[in-house]
Amino acid sequence: MAAFYSFLAVLALIVIPWLGVGMGMGALFGIVLPYIAIIIFLVGFTMRIVDWAKSPIPFCIPTTGGQQKSLPWIKFSPWDNPYDKKGVFMRMVLEVLCFRSLFRNTSVKLQQEGPKVGYSSEKSLWLFALIFHYCFLLILVRHLRFFMAPVPYPVHIAEFMDSILQIGLPVMYQSDVLILVGLGFLLARRVFDGKVRYITLMQDYFPLLLLLGIVITGVWMRYVVKVDVIAVKELAMGIVTLHPHMPKAAIDPSVYAHLTLVCALFIYFPFSKLMHMGGVFLSPTRVVPNMSRRAMWVNPWNDPSIKPHSYAAYEDDFREKMIEAGLPVEKKA
Amino acid sequence: MYNAKYIIPGIIFFLALAFVPVVYNMGHKFEVTPELPRDQKDCVLPTQEMRDKHMQLLNEWRNEAVRDGSRIFVNAKGQKYVKSLTNTCMSCHPDKAKFCDRCHDTVGVAPYCWDCHNLTPDQKSPIPPVAQAATGGH
Amino acid sequence: MAKYPPPEELIKINYTTPVKSWMDTKTAFKPGNFSYPGKPEILKYLGMPNPREWSPTDDDWKLPPDWQRIVMEKFREKLKKYRSFKIFMDICVRCGACADKCHFFIGGGDPKNMPVLRAELLRSIYRGEFSAAAKVLGKLAGARKLEEDVIKEWFLYFYQCTECRRCSLFCPYGIDTAEITMMARELLHEVGCNINWILEPAANCNRTGNHLGIQPHAYKDMMDFLCDDIEEITGKRIRPNVNKKGCEILFITPSGDIFADPGIYTYMGYLILFEHLGLDVTWSTYASEGGNFGLFTSDKMMKKLNAKMYAEAERLGAKWILGGECGHMWRVINQYMSTMNGPADFLETPVSPITGTKFDAAAGTKMLHIAEFTADLIKHGKLNLDPSRNDNFKTTFHDSCNPARGMGLFEEPRYVLKNVCRYFYEMPENTIREQTFCCGGGAGLNNEEFTETRLRGGLPRGNAVKYVRDRHGVNNLACVCAIDRATLPPLCDYWAPGVGVSGLHELVGNAIILDGEKKRTTDLRQNPLPGMEDEEE
Repeated sequence: MAAFYSFLAVLALIVIPWLGVGMGMGALFGIVLPYIAIIIFLVGFTMRIVDWAKSPIPFCIPTTGGQQKSLPWIKFSPWDNPYDKKGVFMRMVLEVLCFRSLFRNTSVKLQQEGPKVGYSSEKSLWLFALIFHYCFLLILVRHLRFFMAPVPYPVHIAEFMDSILQIGLPVMYQSDVLILVGLGFLLARRVFDGKVRYITLMQDYFPLLLLLGIVITGVWMRYVVKVDVIAVKELAMGIVTLHPHMPKAAIDPSVYAHLTLVCALFIYFPFSKLMHMGGVFLSPTRVVPNMSRRAMWVNPWNDPSIKPHSYAAYEDDFREKMIEAGLPVEKKA
Repeated sequence: MYNAKYIIPGIIFFLALAFVPVVYNMGHKFEVTPELPRDQKDCVLPTQEMRDKHMQLLNEWRNEAVRDGSRIFVNAKGQKYVKSLTNTCMSCHPDKAKFCDRCHDTVGVAPYCWDCHNLTPDQKSPIPPVAQAATGGH
Repeated sequence: MAKYPPPEELIKINYTTPVKSWMDTKTAFKPGNFSYPGKPEILKYLGMPNPREWSPTDDDWKLPPDWQRIVMEKFREKLKKYRSFKIFMDICVRCGACADKCHFFIGGGDPKNMPVLRAELLRSIYRGEFSAAAKVLGKLAGARKLEEDVIKEWFLYFYQCTECRRCSLFCPYGIDTAEITMMARELLHEVGCNINWILEPAANCNRTGNHLGIQPHAYKDMMDFLCDDIEEITGKRIRPNVNKKGCEILFITPSGDIFADPGIYTYMGYLILFEHLGLDVTWSTYASEGGNFGLFTSDKMMKKLNAKMYAEAERLGAKWILGGECGHMWRVINQYMSTMNGPADFLETPVSPITGTKFDAAAGTKMLHIAEFTADLIKHGKLNLDPSRNDNFKTTFHDSCNPARGMGLFEEPRYVLKNVCRYFYEMPENTIREQTFCCGGGAGLNNEEFTETRLRGGLPRGNAVKYVRDRHGVNNLACVCAIDRATLPPLCDYWAPGVGVSGLHELVGNAIILDGEKKRTTDLRQNPLPGMEDEEE
């Protein structure tokens, strides 16, 4: 049901601009909506981070994934159990760029014979998640060709590498295929893996379907209808140079559908789980070094009025018995 | 706000990334002006179609000419052209830099046409579609 | 003891998830799946809200009249105080990587024991009460209203989490269910829903200095009793310092080890080690508890109980504190102690008086783990050891959750173990070190009434032990945690019969050759040493 509603929502986000543009609302979907989306995205994203930052990290609670640094002759894990900022930096690099934690993933198998509980390495989620995220990044970088004039060299490189197989014309981007594979896998496990289906909510299906919608409309524009990219760039450049205007040449409605889906993603982003993009950099079990035995970690709301049950009160309670047992006391009975 | 000394630069970095295109384009005027032939009004297909799908047409031409030996293209108006990038297209659009590249560079496209084709056509106008003249640009 | 099904039956675990949404599944309390609630007098003593007689199986939980407001207020307060809580509520993508990492899920198959769903129990309220959009979409968006059934569900499942943090290791964003469970338990305290097995030890610890409520004279008695045993075995009389001022080192270890088999042998191991070194060390009755059930109660309680360590070290004028083998105790010391009750400037960075090694890793808290201390001694050749005295043991090592994932203590105990034992075998790699499995009784769940669920949760650990038992003939499971020593023996009896449990320093105590000791014929358990089976008692 959640998947179905998500699908309907994405479908609406395609159909509405498609029809709207036909009715002469090109500027609404091509100019107004993108501005609104960008503003909501940037302001919303920043506000979410600031909101998180308003709460302190009261305790130093890294999840230690390797040997601590203790005795000099014991080899420690500087990245899985960092004790300083340098180590944390590397831990975060591995986490963000290589999905280190997900790489550890295992799958449990229960064998009644024995019985035996086995754990096999399970890297498919890691692999497809990595494929999806890197393709998304690459596609984002590639799209800068529409937003920057002249097209910067790194974007050329991205473009060149991504189409290096020179299949078809316009040349096929490998990332277009791979992102579909990645998203397809992520969606398929939500649908077919019972455990994952059980925990999946509408807000898990929706972004996946939204992204699929974006990719499919993009593929449609490039490989099927072959839209006028110069006109598209004119529209895009109008937006980024803050001189928005509709291009002279007509643009295929699929472009507006694509653009509207992207705007929907931008608007949805700050209010959703997609904020894991920013959140991972603030996760207290990852970004904090394992240092609280080495040095002081300060809790801003530490309450100094909390005192232990005092020794004096303890001795008052048990003095007789302590004396009898030959234990030293502070005050004689 | 806590840990501001890490988080604020982080946010600034994020916002700066978002504004890269805006800053990059500042002071530039965006214009695409491919140089059009003065003595010819019509291309092999209508202009809008050529703008959108020339790559598809050229790809078809290449495959048909090279693989099937079919070298004559007939458009909707019944006009006949030799399927040749150098001898047909570039006879009207002789300067790659002033025509092809203007758009291609604008959107960062680097087609591999000129990996093989030469840049100097030996014709001044579209050659008539006769069999013996159907030489490629190689 | 036949209150719970035999292993053959318990192992029939069904991992398939129901068709019905988890929100529509009603919470079922059955004997063996919950712990008994906190007794009213204990709650009163600790000054905690809503003390009353009640049972989880009751329909009416006698919550205070405005309980919803109370819970939501506390919820808000916790979000304000803990960035971890806020982030963990917001960024989970429900990828499911954590799903089969929890020992309670592996051993029970209840989908609400998947860490992601355990957290969703809270998140659904977070959305339902704080997010306008989610309120409208309701169940589709995983949002719901705070109703009494939710409290019941929280009580069941947040007291079916041992805060072992295994899921957190695998989470791509480091979402830590231990943290979420701690928050949820604090919310539950506000309306008086908690378990006695945590609160009574906390109350005892406050008054008598230890969880078991052992009073000072009794503590001294028990200690003397263990010294008698040591004398019988080694021929040497040890006279440990208790509450003595002016010693260099204050030693604190969990009280479970003075009280029950097999912890007492570890306790004897400490006594033998200190005697062997002639260490200037004192024990304390006021701070006679290393563990801290406050960690499982609230940050306030944790701080209050933990504060005794520094208070006692200051009173006795010790230079630094040595800590015994304990799991959650070391999570508290490593991650909370100095923040809560430091800086302890009246102490000095621990320096081993025997080897001169300065332990910079403990420069902040001034508290050293005994495995670090002993490993350093062995490395410097300062211990006179006869590992063959442990030849009766084929040992494997259980990494306790807290020193593993809340500290990173892996090599030190292994180094000690390999030097005091000649037969050491590791369990499979997905079950040790940072991926170690819980004993099933952490976070205050090592109580009798919870045994069935504990045994289920103990399946992954028990099965790994069985694996090395069958493969290498392992008959001893060494560990550095007092809760382990209490929960692992029944777990091994159930899943891997024939394997016993020992502390690390029990084995050290067996191997140490004291100056002038008599020829030992038995180990600390008074079982004959290898080749001594025929000796007269």
